[in-house]
Amino acid sequence: MILTVAHRTTYRYDSPIRVAVQSLRLTPSVFAGQSVIDWSVAVVDGQKGAGFRDGAGDWIESWSVRGPADRVTVSVTGTVETSDLAGLLTGHREAVNPAVYLRETQATRADAALTDLAEAAATEAHEPLARAHALSRRVSEAIAYRPGATEAHTTAVEALALGEGVCQDHAHALIAAARVLGMPARYASGYLFAAADGAPHEAAHAWAELWVGGLGWIGFDPANRTCPDDRYIRLGSGLDARDAAPIRGIARGPGRETLDVTVAVAQGQQ
Amino acid sequence: MGSAYFNEMFDGATVRGPYARLEDWTRAMPAELRQMKQAEAEALFRRIGITFAVYGEGGDPDRLIPFDMFPRVFTQGEWRRLERGIKQRARALNAFLVDVYGRGEILRAGRIPAHLVYGNVAYEKAMVGFVPPKGVFSHIVGIDIVRTGPEEFFVLEDNCRTPSGVSYMLETREIMMRMFPALFRENRIEPVEAYSELLRRTLASVAPARCEGEPTVVILTPGHYNSAYYEHSFLADLMGVELVEGPDLFVEGGLCWMRTTEGPKRVDVIYRRIDDAFLDPLCFRPDSMLGVPGLMDVYRSGGVTIASAPGAGVSDDKAVYTYVPEMVRFYLGEEPVLQNVPTWQCAKPEDLKHVLAHLSDLVVKEVHGSGGYGMLVGPKSTAAEVEAFRQKILADPENYIAQPTLALSTCPSFVAEGIAPRHVDLRPYCLVGETIELVPGGLTRVALTEGSLVVNSSQGGGVKDTWVLAE
Repeated sequence: MILTVAHRTTYRYDSPIRVAVQSLRLTPSVFAGQSVIDWSVAVVDGQKGAGFRDGAGDWIESWSVRGPADRVTVSVTGTVETSDLAGLLTGHREAVNPAVYLRETQATRADAALTDLAEAAATEAHEPLARAHALSRRVSEAIAYRPGATEAHTTAVEALALGEGVCQDHAHALIAAARVLGMPARYASGYLFAAADGAPHEAAHAWAELWVGGLGWIGFDPANRTCPDDRYIRLGSGLDARDAAPIRGIARGPGRETLDVTVAVAQGQQ
Repeated sequence: MGSAYFNEMFDGATVRGPYARLEDWTRAMPAELRQMKQAEAEALFRRIGITFAVYGEGGDPDRLIPFDMFPRVFTQGEWRRLERGIKQRARALNAFLVDVYGRGEILRAGRIPAHLVYGNVAYEKAMVGFVPPKGVFSHIVGIDIVRTGPEEFFVLEDNCRTPSGVSYMLETREIMMRMFPALFRENRIEPVEAYSELLRRTLASVAPARCEGEPTVVILTPGHYNSAYYEHSFLADLMGVELVEGPDLFVEGGLCWMRTTEGPKRVDVIYRRIDDAFLDPLCFRPDSMLGVPGLMDVYRSGGVTIASAPGAGVSDDKAVYTYVPEMVRFYLGEEPVLQNVPTWQCAKPEDLKHVLAHLSDLVVKEVHGSGGYGMLVGPKSTAAEVEAFRQKILADPENYIAQPTLALSTCPSFVAEGIAPRHVDLRPYCLVGETIELVPGGLTRVALTEGSLVVNSSQGGGVKDTWVLAE
């Protein structure tokens, strides 16, 4: 499938900032399931800094904006050709040992309820791949999709207790549960093409990847009860949402920040 | 006399060779003169401002660290062996760091359990796949060494992040030379003052490949509230480099810059004295105000060098410590010159059993702890303290290691009653850049309380000058 992306993030400040620095992970990953036809990342009135591929295989780019400025706009546009690999991350080059992704973070800490969920999935299925599917299904069932129910700092524990959340919460809960079973798990961020099926989707999307011995990393999207296919574009990964954030930035100045994001993912011409 | 401890000066009633001249020196110094000299030394320390705050104890943050004028002496032969062992260890530790942030051969070979590294909080994912300039992660390796006999030296721990205390090595020498010039004429003592120049050269030698001309080195300090701030400014002065805080630096265009009155100046090497977690809010703790936003991106793309490299701490963890002799064999194909202290890892069930059964004979430490906090010295603790610690270990065995109480050597010290043996350790500072350098000396810490084996300055330990005699 050919997908086009237009993603614009604007930080506005009610009094001008002196300087802003950003570390961006907004470039599609390199693996067999997707290839870039064209792609551009730019910060309006910004200066491009370092660019490099890190050990997890993500392309990272720094930008800085010299003030005074009342806004910082990150603009991403591009076209990617995708194919359906049923969630497999075939051909992705990375150097981080999967065992590193067993580490607990605040957002992905497991409590008794998450441990119960993990153990129930473990009883249901023994073989690792089947177990990963069982975990993902149980997370989908335990957390209903409801935008606005949670916020950026909601943890897996809180989302499960609430029984509602968005893709970030689903991913955190699945990661936490998988790690309980000693299965390395991580957070993946990217884009999703919202098909005309009327189902609620988030175009700026996130899901989980679980390490299945023999197969490698496999994506699971409990929010949509599926594995990533050709509607997905993968950008990068991390231990949790914060670690995988596509945009990390800091602005120096007295002003208050408001955020405005528009994302459009459309099917392009063959 | 006749104690179970090795006395570095006295063999029974006989004075050991390297200390021969010191005996005459003490004989010629009556109590009043000694007290006068002691007061003079304290005034000098106070004047130059060398103080050491003690974490978690409240009180005066500008408290002077006690200075004991009685020097500690090594022969050239003793030192040569120590030097070989220290440099060997510093090389192995750096090879280990390059390996575990690369292919992890030592873990694949099963020589070190992989989870000790990959599950370690000090292991920085952001460093994976990156090789710092010259393959050096830890540029200043502080290796704590204890002695238990004429030939018996053991490494107590490695400090691969930002070991402090070298200013004491330099200052105690300076003050001793000022107060007792005759001593330095009578004894041929190897100089240590080359340290600052060697440190500067070491740091300059790891400038990034993109650096043009003479590298600009800076020291990054968390600020004057830090207990080692004096040392940061002292070293900056000696090296003739800028002492900066986070807000003095910024990144732009893939490089790191320092604000100066003449405009931005490019920085090539940052000797940082702040912890990994605070280095860059965009990569580590987002709430850190001490670091430089975007620094890690510039570093990882070769625009600047950070010394020590983030993530170097995975090699000085107390559980990983057990395997340093393995590292020496694996990477260098050599036998370790310096031995480890035998260590039980409470994470291992059979070790845990042994530790719990012998708790009152052992020293138990937290795996990630430092500075003598959160440790149990079995023989010096009450039954209730031992019991309380037993519960802490049982609650989280992985967090503890145990070692036998070592019979630390003693060295004569000036105490209120006159001269008496007190336990000592040694921290030399090995510099790793394009070459490996070690000045002949180090920081000798002394437990000034009678019978105490804890030499940490945070626990009331003092310092003394450390001599290496020329041949």
